[in-house]
Amino acid sequence: MGSLLDSLIEIIRRTSVEMPEDVHRAILHGLEEEEKSAIGEQALQIIRRNIELAKNKSQPICQDTGSILFYVKLPITFFEDDFEHTAKQAVTLATKKGYLRQNSVDSLTGKNDGTNVGPGAPTFHIHYWKENRIEVRLVLKGGGCENVGAQYSLPDEKIEANRDLEGCRKAILDAVLQAQGKGCGPGVLGVAIGGDRATGYEFSKGQFLRKLDDSNPIPELDALEKEIVATANKLGIGPMGFGGKTTLLGTKICAINRLPASFFVSVSYMCWAFRRQGAILTADGSKIESWLY
Amino acid sequence: MLPLTIPISKETINSLKVGDVVTLTGTIYTGRDAVHKYLHEGGKLPSEVKLRDGVLYHCGPVMMKQEDGSYLCTAAGPTTSIREEPYQSQVIRDLGLRAVIGKGGMGDKTVQACKDFGCVYLHAVGGAAQVYAETIKRVTNVYMMEFGSPEAVWELQVEGFIATVTIDAHGNSLHRDILNKSTRVLVDLI
Repeated sequence: MGSLLDSLIEIIRRTSVEMPEDVHRAILHGLEEEEKSAIGEQALQIIRRNIELAKNKSQPICQDTGSILFYVKLPITFFEDDFEHTAKQAVTLATKKGYLRQNSVDSLTGKNDGTNVGPGAPTFHIHYWKENRIEVRLVLKGGGCENVGAQYSLPDEKIEANRDLEGCRKAILDAVLQAQGKGCGPGVLGVAIGGDRATGYEFSKGQFLRKLDDSNPIPELDALEKEIVATANKLGIGPMGFGGKTTLLGTKICAINRLPASFFVSVSYMCWAFRRQGAILTADGSKIESWLY
Repeated sequence: MLPLTIPISKETINSLKVGDVVTLTGTIYTGRDAVHKYLHEGGKLPSEVKLRDGVLYHCGPVMMKQEDGSYLCTAAGPTTSIREEPYQSQVIRDLGLRAVIGKGGMGDKTVQACKDFGCVYLHAVGGAAQVYAETIKRVTNVYMMEFGSPEAVWELQVEGFIATVTIDAHGNSLHRDILNKSTRVLVDLI
């Protein structure tokens, strides 16, 4: 007899130790296209082997199991605080089992109590919906790639970017240039045009819930997504910044409203170890009905 | 691939060049943000930590404590090294390091320190936590546990740990080269 706790631990385990299919395919494709015997290609070979090992051993793909971001849709019969409480228990238990690293540090004292739970952690985006089931999506995003995210305020003189789509393009490509190999590329970008400083980054991360092989319903953004990947892959940064053709696996962009005074372009950089999974659960959470990726 | 055993001589380090792929065997120690700050502020490591002619690994592993009190390492990929840039040259000098393992590269101060003191930067594959965990044959000790598990100094016995020289002991840096080249390419494409 299952429970919401068990379901959440399994979602955490699978997110941490198995690559989602769409990303795995993109990495394998990058490996085929990369220049043979260059150190960039060798890095991709090691990545491919690592993905297999992690799945077979049920151990984390990357030791930095990152920020824990839950995106949840609850039936109206399920109390939000109860969900959060159980999810926090699941996170701590998953840490004890080794699916997550002890990753949460008190910013004032420097102490790491090993529970992975604290003020602001994990992150929960919870909404109610009319369905009689629970949808849980989970993103684990490591610190290395988190640190190379960037938020631009247009106009930006340094990169000659004005308040238009061309300016957004310059900002996004500048973020890729500055990141070099520090975000563990080949990476995926999540971008939000607009918003305030908080919602800009929040919506940019929401883009990671999209499948890599989907299309953007807004034609100009769809074109920009493809163009950014093509241009980034001409920069020669390559896997790990070793040089090569595979610098980005994808770019996902959304636009949200902004104030007249503000024009932010928020770029979140996701590493190759793109850990993102999701499941539909029964209304009480006791059973996983299907996986989303 | 060039096999290296630790401790490593200055001559061996000087023979390496950017692009060389090495495999390490011997004792390495992990050390990242907390311990670099600690050393920078005058802190000393316990005398049992043998880093002279040795190798420091920028890594926060996942360690599972076993019933007998020992530790099993279940994930051990590198962390981003550039955060240690303000401190690395001093640490290379004071501890007598022959190699620093990490990912993402380091900056000009570290490139200079590698040249001055006979050290190289070895770039491991970021996120390859399982591939590297397999190379760890034993976790023989842990120090500075008060920094928390990812930030502690873990003493690891490794065999066949693969990494690429991206900063050598002669002032060459793949990171600087790729940054310069990609910047020029972007100017044309933009």
